[in-house]
Amino acid sequence: MIRLDALTRVYATPQGPVTAVDGVSFEVGAGETCVLLGPSGCGKTTTLRMINRLVRPTSGKVFIAGRDTDAVDPVELRRGIGYVIQQIGLFPNMTVAENIGVVPRLLGWNAGRRRRRAEELLALLALEPARFLDRYPNELSGGQAQRVGVARALAVDPPVLLMDEPFAALDPVNREAVQDEFLRMQRTLRKTILFVSHDIDEAVKMADRIAIFRAGRLVQFATPDTMLAHPADAFVAGFVGSDRTLKRLRLIRVRDVMVPLAAGEVPAGGPALAPDDDLRRAAALFLELGSEALRCEDAGGRVVGCVTRAAVAARLGARDGGGMDAQGIAARRGDEGGAA
Amino acid sequence: MNAIAGPGRSAVPHLVLGGIAAAVAWGLYASGLGADILRYQKDIVYLLKQHLVLVGISGSCAIAAGVGTGIWLSRPWMARWAEGAIQAVNMVTSIPTLAKLALMMTLLGIGALPAIVGLWLATLLPIIRNTYEGLRAVPAHLVDAARGMGMGPAEILRRVELPNALFVIFAGVRTAMAVNVGTAPIAFLIGGGGLGELIFTGIDLQEHGMMLAGAIPTALLAVAVDFLFGQAQYWLVPRGVNPLRNS
Repeated sequence: MIRLDALTRVYATPQGPVTAVDGVSFEVGAGETCVLLGPSGCGKTTTLRMINRLVRPTSGKVFIAGRDTDAVDPVELRRGIGYVIQQIGLFPNMTVAENIGVVPRLLGWNAGRRRRRAEELLALLALEPARFLDRYPNELSGGQAQRVGVARALAVDPPVLLMDEPFAALDPVNREAVQDEFLRMQRTLRKTILFVSHDIDEAVKMADRIAIFRAGRLVQFATPDTMLAHPADAFVAGFVGSDRTLKRLRLIRVRDVMVPLAAGEVPAGGPALAPDDDLRRAAALFLELGSEALRCEDAGGRVVGCVTRAAVAARLGARDGGGMDAQGIAARRGDEGGAA
Repeated sequence: MNAIAGPGRSAVPHLVLGGIAAAVAWGLYASGLGADILRYQKDIVYLLKQHLVLVGISGSCAIAAGVGTGIWLSRPWMARWAEGAIQAVNMVTSIPTLAKLALMMTLLGIGALPAIVGLWLATLLPIIRNTYEGLRAVPAHLVDAARGMGMGPAEILRRVELPNALFVIFAGVRTAMAVNVGTAPIAFLIGGGGLGELIFTGIDLQEHGMMLAGAIPTALLAVAVDFLFGQAQYWLVPRGVNPLRNS
C-alpha cells in the first residue's frame, strides 16, 4: 500500500549538509499499522512528512497504492491522506463540526453532507454528536480534542492515515483510553497507518510492524514480537529495554499457547484464563499462585484447555519469527485471514 | 447564553457615556449655552459631512491598505525584510500627527487631499502592525495541520490565519480609528475643513458656544465609531478565538 524507496532528505545548514533521513526503504501493507519509532532527531517525523510531501525528499520515492507520489499535485495528495499531529491542530476559530468538515469542504461537499459525516464520526469516536458538534476546541478536554483530531483525519475516509505522535500530549490514563478506542476502531476501519512514536510501549501496543530509526537510518523493520525477541543490534535492544520479554507477553494470546486439557492435570477452582487474554495475565497468575499450569475457560465457563509454564517458555523461546508474526497479526486484528 | 450577556456587557461603557452626555446636554440647556450651540446647527451639519468624508475616506483606505500590507509582510518570502519594515513603521508612528499633517501640507499643499493623506498615514500604521503581529502569532502547528490536510496558501490565509488573527487585527483597527477621529479636527489647520473649523475658530474668538458646537459632535462621533468597531469586533471574530465572548 505504501512503499518507500531509498527515501533521503538532506538539509543544508551553516555547518554543512545534514542528512536527516538516509536511504530509508520499507513497505507497509494495506490495513497495517506501522509505527516509526526512535529517539528524537532520528528522522522518523521527517520520513512521515515526506509521505504527504510536507517535506520534499532530496532523493528517493514514495509510492501509495502503486502510484508515484511525485506525479501527484501535493495539495491533492494531502486531501486524500488523513493527518494527525501531536498538537492536534484543531482550528480554534471553527466548531468541532467545521473542523471535521474542513477536507470535505475542500472537496466540495455540501453543508448537510458535511454535518452528517461529522455526526457519524463523533459517534464512532464515542463523543455524543448533539453535545459536541457545535463546541469550539477551547471547550474540549485534551482527550476529547484528540478524538476530534482523529475524526477530522477520517472525514473523507482516506485509506491512509499519517499520525505524528498523536497521543503524546495526553496524560497516561487518557492516552491508554484513546489508544484502546483507536485500536477498536482500526479493527473495523482497516486503514493503512503510519504512526510516529518515541514510546516503545505504545509501539508494541499499536503496531503490526515497527520501523526503528537511528540517526536517519532504518535499523530494523519487523513485527513487534520479532523486534522484542530478536533485536537487530545493541541499539535496538537498548531502546526496547531489558524488560522486552515482559513486553512480549502482551502480544501473545492465551489461545496461541493453550494445549488440550488432560483430566486431573489442573485443579478445578481458583482463577481461570480466557482464550483472548494475553500472557501478561497468565504470567501474573503463575507468579501469584506458584502453579505449573492454569485452566482456560471460555465465556460460558466451559473448560477449553490449559496453559503450562513450559508452553509459555517454549513460545517465548521460539525462533521461527515469520510464522508466528502472521499469527500474531491475525489474532490482534480479530480475524482468521492473516497478514495481507 | 454567553451571546446574550456579552454584547450587553460590551455596551455598558457606551451606555454610561450616553448618560454623561445626556447630563451634559441638560446642563448646557439649563445654562443657556445650548441655545448658543444650536445657532450653529447649519454649520454643524455642513461641517459634519466634511468631517465624515475625511474620516470615512482616510479610515477605509487605511484599513484596506493596512490589512493588505500587514498580510504581505507576514508572508514567508517577506520574512527577511518584514522586521525592518515594521521597525520603519514604528518610527513613522512616533511622529506626532500634527507634524505629519504639516509635512503633508508641504508636499501636497492645502485642502482636503493632504488632510486625508495625513490622516490615512496616521491611521495606517497601527493597522499594519497589528495585522502583521496577529498573523505571526497564529501557532505554526495550525498552519502545519492546514497544509497537511491539503489547504492551499490562499485557503490557509483565509480560513485559518486571518480568522485566528482577526481579534488582534480588530484591536489595531479600533486604535487606529480612535486616532483618526481624534485627529480629524486638526485637518482644519491645513485647510481640510471639518468640525475643527468650529472648534479652532471658537477658541480663537473665545466663543464657547461655537467651540462646543464643534467639540460635542466630534466627541459623539468618536464614541459612535468606537462603539461600531467594538460591535463589529464582538460579532465578526469567531467565538472560539474571541476573548470577549468566551470568558
